[in-house]
Formats: sequence, structure tokens, C-alpha cells
Amino acid sequence: MFARGLKRKYGDQEEGVEGFGTVPSYSLQRQSLLDMSLVKLQLCHMLVEPNLCRSVLIANTVRQIQEEMSRDGVWHGMAPQNVERAPIDRLVSTEILCRTARAADEEHPTPELEDGPLQSSASELPIVSPAQGQRSPPSSLWELDNPQENRGSFQKSLDQIFETLENKSPSSVEELFSDVDSSYYDLDTVLTGMMGGTKPSLCSGLESFAAAAPPPSSTCKSDLAELDHVVEILVET
Amino acid sequence: MAGAGGGGCPAGGNDFQWCFSQVKGAIDEDVAEADIISTVEFNYSGDLLATGDKGGRVVIFQREQENKGRTHSRGEYNVYSTFQSHEPEFDYLKSLEIEEKINKIRWLPQQNAAHFLLSTNDKTIKLWKISERDKRAEGYNLKDEDGRLRDPFRITALRVPILKPMDLMVEASPRRIFANAHTYHINSISVNSDHETYLSADDLRINLWHLEITDRSFNIVDIKPANMEELTEVITAAEFHPHQCNVLVYSSSKGTIRLCDMRSSALCDRHAKFFEEPEDPSSRSFFSEIISSISDVKFSHSGRYMMTRDYLSVKVWDLNMEGRPVETHQVHEYLRSKLCSLYENDCIFDKFECCWNGSDSAIMTGSYNNFFRMFDRNTRRDVTLEASRENSKPRACLKPRKVCTGGKRKKDEISVDSLDFNKKILHTAWHPMESIIAVAATNNLYIFQDKIN
Repeated sequence: MFARGLKRKYGDQEEGVEGFGTVPSYSLQRQSLLDMSLVKLQLCHMLVEPNLCRSVLIANTVRQIQEEMSRDGVWHGMAPQNVERAPIDRLVSTEILCRTARAADEEHPTPELEDGPLQSSASELPIVSPAQGQRSPPSSLWELDNPQENRGSFQKSLDQIFETLENKSPSSVEELFSDVDSSYYDLDTVLTGMMGGTKPSLCSGLESFAAAAPPPSSTCKSDLAELDHVVEILVET
Repeated sequence: MAGAGGGGCPAGGNDFQWCFSQVKGAIDEDVAEADIISTVEFNYSGDLLATGDKGGRVVIFQREQENKGRTHSRGEYNVYSTFQSHEPEFDYLKSLEIEEKINKIRWLPQQNAAHFLLSTNDKTIKLWKISERDKRAEGYNLKDEDGRLRDPFRITALRVPILKPMDLMVEASPRRIFANAHTYHINSISVNSDHETYLSADDLRINLWHLEITDRSFNIVDIKPANMEELTEVITAAEFHPHQCNVLVYSSSKGTIRLCDMRSSALCDRHAKFFEEPEDPSSRSFFSEIISSISDVKFSHSGRYMMTRDYLSVKVWDLNMEGRPVETHQVHEYLRSKLCSLYENDCIFDKFECCWNGSDSAIMTGSYNNFFRMFDRNTRRDVTLEASRENSKPRACLKPRKVCTGGKRKKDEISVDSLDFNKKILHTAWHPMESIIAVAATNNLYIFQDKIN
């Protein structure tokens, strides 16, 4: 009913604990919702003048998801020594969500996932440190497909989105626009690659969000499997 | 529940029987973006009905004098004046377009023969004077009938010009332009009960204006954080109290309403009252905040209650009770299980408005599929009606519609998955005294009347 062209592929990945191939796992659903929200934030930045209310609501949704993911311990983090410097309220800094091209250049260019945390055991998954310009898991997966994208070309900081409504010089607005390239339109192929089931659409599975409370214990297991999968791919590259 | 009675409305308990009266607008399937109606408002007497559209135009309809010969039909609304209120602009500083879409129209109470209204787009508010001219002066001394100046040497005699009748001409002229006071998008304007001041609200600030003064406004609410990265809440609507000129309310994207008293301080950052309903933990989801965002707030005519519209419901609040609303009416609860899809296609961000009837005994709001809902506060009955061309025979009664949520669909019911989410009724208005309603369905304006009277 709301088909937006999201292609669905047969999922060969882990299914939800709840069933075999009928409903994507909660963590997958949550991840997909996060991806969708980040795309929305990007797209709204391209409009005539972004609707501030909508941007704020989407950003708050993203924060909520990230908070829950970090509580579940699935938020891929930096080396443990950064844990102390990363109180929970820094987690909700919009720095995490989006990086400008400038910021990406200044920081360490290689994917942070190659550092310590993935080799550490699951029990030591640290909280993310935004000071290191942490990536959200979806963008790390996008890096696997398109290494060139790790410059954050499609992710802009939320404060830039808000600040376009302030007195922004034309040149920087254009710069923001110029950074957006079309490769993120391939997002849906990436997103669909993460989808579990075939019959139910992304959203029919996610509808259960409204009612069901998440089962925290089961998510960790499937996320660890996801983690191993990611490690394998990275190690190979 | 005390609803103020009287005023010519049928007493609570009688069933309204809504009938089609008129429809305005093109029939074309292809809707021009500029023709989409973005606001609807009756004036204080109900004789004038104004609409604003995305193209920046204002169309005013006037009710015909009732024809005494046909007692069963009431006056129809016909076009009275059309004018271009706002034009598209370009903000060179930010390299961004400023839409000409009319976000709100508010009438001023009538004080003389002319009518005044405020119309606003995202950035600029304008005061328009709509006046009639049905006489023309003839016989000027210094210019001839064409308007050309006469040669002074040829004037040999003086005469007094005479007024002659002419075809009625309705002129709209901008009397005041209130600009450059809003960094963010204006979502509300509200005329104060003192009839001298009004407020304009954008996402982060509320300004107070005097109708006579355009180069100055006072900021009375400012919720902009020092660091924009910390922004988590915006203002979504604001309104002055209908009787107390020092009281205003504003709603937020987090589902809260703040009542401010302008007597307490110049900057009303600290509210006098804070209205918020505690969240139901069992229904919490990632979409909870979005659907709690209030899209409209309206005081009752009595001034004792206010109504708020969030995505799925309408709530009536007693101003004396901040902890929870006194009434909650579900508009389209069947959408709760579809929130993710509605988030994906952005429908979850649609801003529905709501309105009271003249006696505060009923409230109305819009939904999807060109459905709109009415709730009778006394009988606790509600009805779903549809604004469609199929039900457009003169005085045809509207049949109640029903959405089937699951299982077997009965005849005449429509299933949730068949709803057309592009046909949304965001703007409705109720005549201040009579049982006449105006419903904006995309580019068409429907007028329905109650059969009983």
C-alpha cells in the first residue's frame, strides 16, 4: 500500500528468533528504521527550506533508536579507553549521526571498525565515543559496498540542517548541496540487503513496533552473529 | 460537560443530518499544486468565508442574502473577492525560496463597512482591507471622464462632482505588511481579544504585534536553545484566549501545551500552566513522540476549554486541569498499526487542524480518504463523513462512512488498506453560529449544511 520502490530480496541472513522468515528480527527492523530515518534527514535537507518540525521529530527518533541500541550493547564503539569520556548524553549528540565532508577529512580516514572493539569479546562492547567521529552501523555497512562513501558525502550534521534556517552564507549552502551525490539513492539496495523476510514488507514487520515490547535478550544473540559477519568481511578486505 | 448553549444551533442530542450544499474548485483529476487549499476561515458573522492556497491567493466567499421565498434553503456562498496575497520570494542570504503558500488567515472583528483579515505565509504577515465600492464620482473639474488631466486654461466653470451608482466592485488592498520578524516558518497567527494586537508564532518564537505598527514586534516566547544541536522541541501552534487578552497558549512537537500570562513577565518563557498527558507505557514505540506532536490548538468559544489535535486523536482540555485532558476522541485509531508505513511516506507528519462549533457542543477534524470526523460532546456520538464529488447532489444527505479494520469487510465499509492517503482533509471550518461547515479537500472546498434548520 505504501510501496516506495524498496526492492525485496530473499534474505539469506539470520531470521528473527520469533519465526522462520516471516518477520525480520527486531534488531533488523530497528536498524532499518534507523536507516530510513537517516535517509529522511538527508532528503529533507535538499528541499527548498527544511521543515524544522519534521527534522526535529526524525532526529529525536534517531536518538531514541541509538539510545536503545547502545543500551542493548550493539552500538559498535571505539577502543575501551574512550568509554569514560563518553557519557550517555554525548551519545545523543548529532555529531554521531552525520559528518560533514570537512570533518571526515580531518579525522582518521580508515574505517574505525578496524580498530580494537571488533576483536574484543562481545561483553566488552564499549559505548561509542563521538569525539572520534563514530559511525553508525548502517554507514559502516555502506562502507563495505562503497568505500568511497566513507567521506560522509551523504551525511550532513544536523546542526547544519538546522542552521540553514539561520543566516547561512550562500557558498556554504551550495557546498552542502554539492556534497550530496546520487550514490545514496542506491541506499535501497543496501537496505534491502539487510531485510530478512520476503513476503512481509519492511513496514509490515515494523508495524509490530507499535505494540510489542522488544525482547532484549534475543537481540544480542543475533547481533553478535551480525558482528561476526561484519568482521569476516572486513578482515577479508 | 458544560457546553455553552444557544446561539441558533440545534440543541445537543438532536442528530445532525449533514447535507451537501456546494463545492468550489476545479473538477480536474490533475490538481495544480498552486490550487491546493491551505487554510479555511469563517469571519465573525459567518457571512464571509476565506480560503488561502499554495499559490498565495486568497478567495473570499460571501453568503447570499436568504431568499425569503425558499425557506428550506439557506444562502449560498459565492465568490466575493479574489486577490494575490503573497508572491514567491527568494531569500538571497540563504539561497532559499520562500513559499507563497498561505499558512493561515485570521479575520479581524468588523468595525466599519470594510472587512479586514490577516494572511501569512512562512515569513510575512499582511493585513488586507476588503472594501466595497458601488458608487463612482463623475464630473470632476480637473480631469475628464477618461481620467486625463484637463488643461487648466480651459476650465471656465466649476461644478460639484456627483456620485453615480456603478456595478459593485470589491477591492482588496494591503494595508500593513509585517515582515522580517521571523527566522523560522510561521505556523500560527492569532488576533487578540483587545482587537489591537495579534501574535505570530514560528517554530521557535512567538512575536506580539500591534496592528498599526509594522516596524516593531515584541518577542514573547523564545525556545531556541543556545546550541541548535540541542534542539529537541519546536512550537507547533499558538492562540490567544478568546476573552482574556493577557493569556495565550502554545503547543509543541512533544505533545505539551503551555499557557502563558503576559502580565507576569515580558518574556513568557516560563509558563503559567503546563498541560501534558502522561504517556501510556504499554503503547510506547519509536513513533510515540511523532504521533504525540500537536498539530493544532484551539480555544473553545467559551474560553473554558481548549482542544488539541495530535496525529491519531483530538483532546479537549479543561484549562483548570493540567494533568490530563477531559475528553479524548479517536480520529483514526486504525492507523496505529500502520505507523511505520505512514512514517515512510511522510504522512505521519501531516498537520491536521480541528475546530469547534459555535456552541462548543461539537468538534470536527479531518482524516484521510477525504473523510472528516465530527464528535458530539454531549451525546458522545461521532460520525465519519466523506467529501466527494459522488455525494454532490444538491441537498443530498451525507451517509456515514466506516473503516473496517480487519476480518470481514461489510458492505459500504472501506478497508484500511484501500484508503487514499493522498486525499487528506487538513483544514475544516465551522460557521460561528449556524450549522454550516466548510471542508477543504485538496483543491476543492465543500460546504455542508445541517438539514434540520
